[in-house]
Amino acid sequence: MGLREDYLKKFEGKTYFWLGDEACAYGGVFGGCNFFTGYPITPASEVAEVISGELPNVGGYHVQMEDEIASIAALIGGVWAGARGMTATSGPGFSLMQENIGYAIMTETPCVIVDVQRSGPSTGQATKPAQGDVMQARWGTHGDHNIIALAPNSVQECFDLMIRCFNLSEEYRTPVILLMDGEIGHLRERITVPSLKSIKLKKRKKGKKKDLLFGGELIPPFKEIGDGHYLHVTGSTHKENGIRDVESQKVHEKLVTRLYDKIEKNREKLVDLEEKWMDDAKIAVISYGAAARPTEGAVALLRKKRKKIGFMRLRTIWPFPREQVRALGKKVKKIYVPEMNLGQLSREIERFVDCPVVGIPKIGGIVHTIREITTAMERS
Amino acid sequence: MMAKKKKAYRLKHYLREELLPTTFCQGCGCGTVLNTYAQAIEELQINPKDIVSVTGIGCSSWIPSPYFKADTLHTTHGRAIAFATGVKIMKPEANVVVIAGDGDLAGIGGNHLIHAARRNVGLAVFLINNMIYGMTGGQVSPMTPLGDKTTTTPYGNPEYPFNIAEFVAAAGANYVARWTTYHVFPLMESIQKAMTKDGFSFVEILTQCPVSYGRRVGMRTGEEFLKYFKENTINSLKAKDMTPEEIGDKIIVGKIVERNRKEFTTILREMNEERRK
Amino acid sequence: MIEIDEDLCKGCKICTDFCPKEVFETSDKINKKGYYPPIPVREDECIGCRFCELLCPEFAIAVVNE
Repeated sequence: MGLREDYLKKFEGKTYFWLGDEACAYGGVFGGCNFFTGYPITPASEVAEVISGELPNVGGYHVQMEDEIASIAALIGGVWAGARGMTATSGPGFSLMQENIGYAIMTETPCVIVDVQRSGPSTGQATKPAQGDVMQARWGTHGDHNIIALAPNSVQECFDLMIRCFNLSEEYRTPVILLMDGEIGHLRERITVPSLKSIKLKKRKKGKKKDLLFGGELIPPFKEIGDGHYLHVTGSTHKENGIRDVESQKVHEKLVTRLYDKIEKNREKLVDLEEKWMDDAKIAVISYGAAARPTEGAVALLRKKRKKIGFMRLRTIWPFPREQVRALGKKVKKIYVPEMNLGQLSREIERFVDCPVVGIPKIGGIVHTIREITTAMERS
Repeated sequence: MMAKKKKAYRLKHYLREELLPTTFCQGCGCGTVLNTYAQAIEELQINPKDIVSVTGIGCSSWIPSPYFKADTLHTTHGRAIAFATGVKIMKPEANVVVIAGDGDLAGIGGNHLIHAARRNVGLAVFLINNMIYGMTGGQVSPMTPLGDKTTTTPYGNPEYPFNIAEFVAAAGANYVARWTTYHVFPLMESIQKAMTKDGFSFVEILTQCPVSYGRRVGMRTGEEFLKYFKENTINSLKAKDMTPEEIGDKIIVGKIVERNRKEFTTILREMNEERRK
Repeated sequence: MIEIDEDLCKGCKICTDFCPKEVFETSDKINKKGYYPPIPVREDECIGCRFCELLCPEFAIAVVNE
């Protein structure tokens, strides 16, 4: 404990001019990360570059693996051996990780995966930002599952949400995704590091001998390798003691439903969003991440022209804040959704509202301008 | 650790006994490997609480998962070594063992195998080479000999197999050997060597699969395979003075390489400590 | 002394075929699983080499040296 706090003290309360990726790395370290595995990829490499320099200072380990599959595999292995760990990548690497994200969900392994989204599909525009992984984050791995994904829209939030990601992963014993984008990752702006005292870290709840590793309660306590429990951990359908049972319909249904429910039933606790100018709003605009920055500017501009428009920004993308969006759909006549893809979150919004939902998509690696958003809103 | 006295086999306390008999087919060599492994652990007097078994997907991954009673990570197909690397970094004092098949380690997970050998991570890796994808029903693997008929090479395998042991040796492992399920005594010694040697250790174990492989190549029982292993192997000590023509189709068994490069997690820890000075 | 856990045996006959002293013969009675286990009929010839014990894929044999 001492080593970590002694080293981190020097950052407390200071203001820095950091990249989003850099803030994400420091957010990880302040969030308790002591293990990072990764593979270089634009625009996420800076996370690894920064954290590889800092982890030894706090008694942690960084390893650059041979690919993203190995990165998340080693991460999960490390967590079972006691680590609090993370990896960072971008779309192509995120795709490679999907199978093992499913493994982490199935084995209830707490870990954090940062996806600094870039323009795809495939290699796409490797250096340019996008928000094309919203649905990959939700549905990337196969089979029924639930996921937590948070989206920062400032360098400060990269830091702050990273800490929340680690806490949520421990609280819900599940992988958590920080859905950044290349614009925020490569944006440099002012950030203030909070005091260590003000950062509350959720400690891992460790199971005793009698506790079931995969059942007994909605979120069972974790057990680590080397504590003499003879753990059996498998991505195959397993009974509450961890032993494989791939034949029984009931065992599978019980397990997968519980994994789904532990996030579903805590949706309201997980939802985190920001609302502005909603009191008199007849029209709403919903956005997130980098796209939310010009969106907020556009709404502010239109309000100066006495248009009654409200602004909602999602920090929790998954689980989707369906109740808040449903309520908004009842209040306003129309919802605009600017996002840096051809309409991923807008599809989700459509599922919960009766009013018209108008997407304002933009792809090609450049963030919307304010004018593009106001023009699109005036046109339709 | 003492289980209640039961008939026969002495090492049942190393197994998740309640799951016996195994699900392995009649005459399968996986049980022989588990048996030999348990005997090796017994002779080394390693406490199973200090062992972490990491496996992939396939018949041979079932050797430790679920049968060997230790902390067990049964992971995704091909990725066992990468998972094990993470375990070893965080728990360098543990005996981290990977047991998986030829399809898993040499096929889909080949890249992890090479890089773990290059890094010289302190893992003991046992590649159970049955020359086939057994669990999925007998498809060609990267270790299937040239010309063999399998369910996906119905006219014969047009590809050459890997010499996986030589390959891992070239990648930088500290200890590499090859044995078969016939050579149980030297195999047991080799397993012990792999478990105690610092750095990356690798033992390729040729294993019979009478059901998914053997019946397509005319060896329908475990014993036919063992006879084949007995008659068609040459010890590496003998082979090193022989010409390739003299060796012919014979399988070289025995130690392939032994060296003393420093282990990866040791180097990593030393460097991190140096940084903090 | 050779102990056999008959119900674990899958009747692969590896022990019968590879015993250097040909101690085993196959039983004519099936076990619980329907396999024919070995019987150490010439147990007095056993030299205690434990080859059968190690080869057995089903942990069904124990050679107990007195």
